[in-house]
Amino acid sequence: MKHTESTTESEEEFSFGAAQSDVEVTTADRLRDFYREFVYKPGLVAWEDNRTRLGASILAVYVFIGTVGTWLYRSPSTNQSERSLQPFQTMEAPLGTTNSGEDILAMAIHATPEMLVMILSGGVFATGLAVLIGTVAGYKGGTTDRVLTTFSDVAMSIPGLPLIMVLAVVVSPERAVVIGILITINYWAGLARSIRSQVLTIRENSYVEASRTMGVSTPRILIKDVIPNIMPYVLVNFANAARYVVFASVGLYYLGILPTSVANWGIQLDNAYSQAGALSGGGTMYQLAVPMIAIMFLALGLILLAQGMDRVFNPRVRTRLASESESETEDDEEVAAPTEVMT
Amino acid sequence: MNNYYVKRTGRAVLTLWFTVTLTFGLIRAIPGGPLEMLRARLVRQGVDPARIDSIIQSRQEESQPIYVEYYEYMSSLLSGNLGESFYFREPVSSIITDALPWTVFVMVTATIVLFAIAVVWGALIAYKEGSRFDTVSSGLSILLSSVPFYVLGILFVVVFSYKFGIFPARYRTSPGVSPSLSLQFVGNVLYHAALPIASIVITQVGLQTLAMRGNSIQVLGEDFVRVARLRGLSDRRIAVRYVGRNAILPMYTGFLTLIGFNLGGSVILEEVFTYTGIGYYMFEALINRDYPLMMGIFLVITTALVLSVYIADLTYGLVDPRVKSGDSSEAY
Repeated sequence: MKHTESTTESEEEFSFGAAQSDVEVTTADRLRDFYREFVYKPGLVAWEDNRTRLGASILAVYVFIGTVGTWLYRSPSTNQSERSLQPFQTMEAPLGTTNSGEDILAMAIHATPEMLVMILSGGVFATGLAVLIGTVAGYKGGTTDRVLTTFSDVAMSIPGLPLIMVLAVVVSPERAVVIGILITINYWAGLARSIRSQVLTIRENSYVEASRTMGVSTPRILIKDVIPNIMPYVLVNFANAARYVVFASVGLYYLGILPTSVANWGIQLDNAYSQAGALSGGGTMYQLAVPMIAIMFLALGLILLAQGMDRVFNPRVRTRLASESESETEDDEEVAAPTEVMT
Repeated sequence: MNNYYVKRTGRAVLTLWFTVTLTFGLIRAIPGGPLEMLRARLVRQGVDPARIDSIIQSRQEESQPIYVEYYEYMSSLLSGNLGESFYFREPVSSIITDALPWTVFVMVTATIVLFAIAVVWGALIAYKEGSRFDTVSSGLSILLSSVPFYVLGILFVVVFSYKFGIFPARYRTSPGVSPSLSLQFVGNVLYHAALPIASIVITQVGLQTLAMRGNSIQVLGEDFVRVARLRGLSDRRIAVRYVGRNAILPMYTGFLTLIGFNLGGSVILEEVFTYTGIGYYMFEALINRDYPLMMGIFLVITTALVLSVYIADLTYGLVDPRVKSGDSSEAY
């Protein structure tokens, strides 16, 4: 009795472990494929644009600050320095302190990782869902299309910010990942609609029709033939969604609707505006300026990235990529396909 | 064709119904109901506990099974009754009719102004593509778009209202100015709306300009423009009839959606400027768990968005005959 029990137990453990590692391998594989097909190649084209380079550099700085920076620089706490210190006075608090003696630079730096997580989760959620719903609706057509389009219509018709505010009060999310998803809760809908209309033209292409007559399954056609065509567009919109997450989250933190347990530039803005008396002009403008600059540069990086990647749409630039790497055959045809679609 | 309009109308109605139901459910799910908020407020005001209980008791009859509330809400909604605000002790509809025109005025004006600037500016940049003017303008557009409208709004309040005192920091009109068609009233309204409108226009004009630039460049490269040149048509005719028209069309839907989007954004904007439009009341309602007011404002903003997209969809086929009105493609 004991014996059998132990075997089943170990078997279960074993199979569980195996299944887990199995999933891990395929996911990693798929991620690598995804990176090569959809990020690296369009990225190569986009990189030739100055805007992309600048945008990516700015984002790299934020990632550096959000990862290494928080580890290098002390975290904020009250009374860690003299109160209401002006910027550029001591090396102890280079950008000054708040009325309660918190180092402003430390506050700005330690708000970064949460913001990056928010951006990532929001962007992945919004674009992922948009691609899924948009491609299936556009490709399948008929009832599926009608149901999915109505669904996106409904989601799109609910005003974003008020909806998020209500949800933020109901859920009162503490984790940055959840906040990111919450903010893009209906942002995907507009994107799904425009992806759908692009897929409508893509599905008429001869190679898609060929796949269909050969009896290739719908998910496979979507992944192999349809999605690569819209990937540059999706990447551009990922950056746009990320910018939306920055704007909305800071705005909600500023209004005090999101829980203030997490450090955020919006909270800094609110404190500077309503408590530090930045209004009365009493030399506390710097408290307002630091979070403002942090927000603006992050948004600038994202916009530059989006605008630069938009270049990938440019048929002429894309053709150049295709001719450069003609030897690689098959895969490049897929990447170069937007040439036909976009002209 | 007629079938399409019927279907599209049905979908708009369905969307509205769904949204009403969804928001009804959502807002009911907020923790800390209105009565608790009321009790907390009364306690803070130091009201005698026995009186608090009796006040709460007198409001208690409003808690009924949820489906009854839903049914009553829907039926009273259809008869135009949005209930009474818990916090302001006024009918929601009267708060909304008082506040909505101001928000619509600010947002519609801002959106029209920014589109007018974007269309002209974007077309000019496109015409001089690759020039120094193009580089500087495009750079400026991107730079402007990186500023959230409320950040610019806060800056405006701090600089123009508090530091220099040029523009008012709050309210829709100066106290004591009564609504009339006089020049003084209109001037006062514009004076108070100037900063909110400016912060929307300045921060949103960039992206629209870039969109217009992209459209124009695309149209400029089309064959029919070259043919028009070869035919010897005047530059003016080409610019207006050929390039302008084809480049503006794609922005038409964006224009209507942006008005709806900005209506939603009014919650933050009006909070920054203490501009008592629907956004301001929405925020107050949210903080005070004022369900009827929240529902009412939410519904109004949603309806505005649904209607603007609906109008855009219906009229797009009229302004651009190339657009086939959906449903013509078969299913695979």
